Amino acid sequence: MSAGQLAPLVVAIPLAVAASLAAVGRWLPRLVRDATAVAAASASVGLSAYLVADTGHSRAVEWLGGWLPVHGKSVGIVFVVDRLSASLALLVTSLVVVALVYSIRYFDDVQSHYHVLVLAFLGGMAGFALTGDLFDMFVFFELMGTAAYALTGYKVEEKAPLQAALNFGVVNSLGAYLTLIGIGLIYARTGELGLAQIGGELQGHHADGLVVAAFVLVLTGWLVKAAVAPFHFWLADAHAVAPSPVCVLFSGVMVVLGVYGVFRVYVTAFAGVLPADDVRRALLVVGVLTALVGAVMCLLQSHLKRMLAFSTIAHVGLFTMSASMLSADGVGGAAAYVAGHAGAKGTLFLCCGVLLSRTGSVDEIDLYGRGRRMRFLAAVWMVAGLALAGMPPFGTFIGKSMGEDALAAEGYHWAPALFVAVSALTAGTVLRAGMRVFFGVGDVVRRDAPAGPEGEDEEPETTGSRRLRAVPATMALAITALVGGSLAVGIAPGLPTALANAAAQFLDGADYARQALSSAPAAHLPAEHVSAWTHEGVLLSILSVILSAFVAVASGFGSRLARRRRRSWQLVTAGAGGFQRLHSGHLGDYVAWLLLGVAGLAALVGVPLR
Amino acid sequence: MRILLFCCAGWLLLIGCYGMVTSRNIIHTVISLVVCQSSTYLILLGIGYRSGATAPVYSDTTPSKVVDPVVQALCLTDIVVSATIIALFLALALQTHKRHGTIDPDELTALRG
Amino acid sequence: MSRRIRLGVFAVGACAVGTMLVIAFTGLPSFGTQRHPYGDRAVHMSVHKQTTSNVVSSVNFDQRATDTLGEEFILFTAVVGTLVLLRELREEDERDESQEKRQIAARGLPSTALVSYVMLGVTTLVGLYVVAHGHLSPGGGFQGGVVLATAIHLLYVGGGYAAIRRARPVPVYEILEALGAGGFVVLGLAGTLLTGDLLANVLPMGRLGDILSGGDVELLNLLVGVEVASAFIVVLSRFLEQYAVVGARRPTTR
Repeated sequence: MSAGQLAPLVVAIPLAVAASLAAVGRWLPRLVRDATAVAAASASVGLSAYLVADTGHSRAVEWLGGWLPVHGKSVGIVFVVDRLSASLALLVTSLVVVALVYSIRYFDDVQSHYHVLVLAFLGGMAGFALTGDLFDMFVFFELMGTAAYALTGYKVEEKAPLQAALNFGVVNSLGAYLTLIGIGLIYARTGELGLAQIGGELQGHHADGLVVAAFVLVLTGWLVKAAVAPFHFWLADAHAVAPSPVCVLFSGVMVVLGVYGVFRVYVTAFAGVLPADDVRRALLVVGVLTALVGAVMCLLQSHLKRMLAFSTIAHVGLFTMSASMLSADGVGGAAAYVAGHAGAKGTLFLCCGVLLSRTGSVDEIDLYGRGRRMRFLAAVWMVAGLALAGMPPFGTFIGKSMGEDALAAEGYHWAPALFVAVSALTAGTVLRAGMRVFFGVGDVVRRDAPAGPEGEDEEPETTGSRRLRAVPATMALAITALVGGSLAVGIAPGLPTALANAAAQFLDGADYARQALSSAPAAHLPAEHVSAWTHEGVLLSILSVILSAFVAVASGFGSRLARRRRRSWQLVTAGAGGFQRLHSGHLGDYVAWLLLGVAGLAALVGVPLR
Repeated sequence: MRILLFCCAGWLLLIGCYGMVTSRNIIHTVISLVVCQSSTYLILLGIGYRSGATAPVYSDTTPSKVVDPVVQALCLTDIVVSATIIALFLALALQTHKRHGTIDPDELTALRG
Repeated sequence: MSRRIRLGVFAVGACAVGTMLVIAFTGLPSFGTQRHPYGDRAVHMSVHKQTTSNVVSSVNFDQRATDTLGEEFILFTAVVGTLVLLRELREEDERDESQEKRQIAARGLPSTALVSYVMLGVTTLVGLYVVAHGHLSPGGGFQGGVVLATAIHLLYVGGGYAAIRRARPVPVYEILEALGAGGFVVLGLAGTLLTGDLLANVLPMGRLGDILSGGDVELLNLLVGVEVASAFIVVLSRFLEQYAVVGARRPTTR
């Protein structure tokens, strides 16, 4: 069998196992269910790893059902796997394995529904990454959505998860319908649904209103999933309340798939009709806005998971900025950043899960000093926080450094400063929280009403209602694997070069179409040598680590500083409060913002073309 | 007038959004979402229409002209997706009513800030 | 945001999106256009190669079967999700016995019952017909499955909660639902084993228009029929249960 023929199995195997578990899971002991789910996800890991190894020089192409194109035209659906999408599938499947291992001591799970949902979620995410058909992307988008909404609302005995799941579900569904309208428009124009085929039909035509609208509408769904401002509101709600191992998947890969979808669709379908400069500018603006919103909101949180959620939003902004350069460095840097970030952020979420199980709270104010004796968690938390700041040699450092290079190379010399500021702010907040919780350092904040999104005590998520005394081995293993993964991305020799070359392959839309439609041999791309260990890269990373420590101290002792400069502090808090109130948890607000965002995106893309 | 059908679909989309923005009841919100989705059916089927053509079914007759079967297949997928997701949302609405004691979005306050 | 600001934001966005849509629509091919390249290819492949006389089924279950695989699992996942969301919680959702007894005792008018039972037979037959002829005539597993699920719920109309509870062992349908979804992907994997391509046709094609024709399309339709019917029965059972058994209690908050 060819590598292409194996590609759909990454999706099909977890789905088959999900269905079997749903059928017979009720009679299986817990251990068998856990083992089956982990085995299914591991099979997908193996297949993805094989695809990564096999796609270095050419893409793996599979026409499902054997509907090979005749004279470049087919009625079927194609999976086109290049090294970047295979790597993304590898990241997705690996994180699912980690999440499942961590969950072994999680939940009273009757009938293995949790496993079924996670495996279906895996199928949706992997399918979205591997498919080369626009409508098929929509289907897998909906599949991962459906599983994700149910997983968000998993803790039905609490208030917040229900509201968050509704917000998440409705906003994402609306985004998906806009995407579908866009798909309809582009189908009317080109008569095709495959990405490469659409690209072929649009190639060289004039970008009129229909093309711009279709592009913007298709992008809307993916950008909602990516939680790019102003489509980001649902993310903070969902991530704050979903079970912690699920948050690892949400933050680590699900939102990233949205960003991936944006660039995949642009490069393969629209690059021949919409000028790169135009799209670059639009996505850069979106990325900057997202990074700033995420960073500022992150700083204002005391609920740990919500804090991490906003940090994810900030980082999505950085990924988008980096990838929007549409250069090998930029996209490759974003890929490295994504991998490093998934490890670091996943670690932090899993630590939150343990904290929740041991103390019943994930609020840094409530938890003040209560983690003093949790040495393992304290160490891991601080290390992951520093990794988030981009400290060498973590994967985040590689990504950040490559991204800064790419932006500066295109003439955006202010961008590295923004990267430093955003990573320092988000990492600083995480470090501040770590200082409060694990070391009891920082102001003791007294408040009248319990603040944060949840005014109620949260239910521990672990099996049985007893609280955990120590960190179980499976959880420690999962946490260690994630920190180690983030570090491995940073120190793997030749990884920046490999990712930059994968990105060059990803960006070659013409070659993509040739390989997909006529199974032509791949164009030979000149191998580039990239190193992230430049002087500027290292200096900027050290700077952001120092700044993050500064942010941690300044915000940890904020109220003392505030007493000195009362006037200006009041202004700042008033502004921050107003900004925070925009994140109201109100579904109507989110829908209004979504429409405004679509309009803004259309203006950014369309107006300069007139 | 050739874009009348499509403008109608656009209207459905926006009026559905209006419903969601002003809704005072989650079930109403979910139904408004269904209204939004109806616009996609109209657009897809409108795009696939061919004047003077009949259904793409060749069992008893051999029609000379048929409408585009692909959009009909897409539409079927779309309908199934919506029906199932709506069930999920209604289940959430039901639980929301039990836990919050209300399904008015203005009074759901678990996620501020 | 206050309602007024929210409406303002919405108005600005909606006007702009509306304008964008109208501009886009003017660029569409004229309504009823004769140019449908993909559609024409699909018709050609379905009628001449796949011998599936309902072209929509051919697109759904053969040419673009991967979409339908995803769609099947969206349905499957949504059902599992609904089961998770409406699961009974130990401490709080204890059953209201008197409410349950009232519901079980409740009966409709005898005339309603008569019509329902007559329609039950007719509806079941129609459902089975629509599922079985998915590759030949309009309809198929999705449509027929919904009709079959409707048939069972006529029992609720006619015989009340007691009747439907007897006729509907929910765990059986939960398993059938999973088997329907699983069967789809297993048949797809059979394609991988036998030809190398996921969801490739592995059954004989037959002659155009025959009841046994269309290869995998027919079997997939049957599997989808099983899954859709079971899915709706399972989901509605949970909602009915909430209404009939838990429904009358005051909302609880923790």
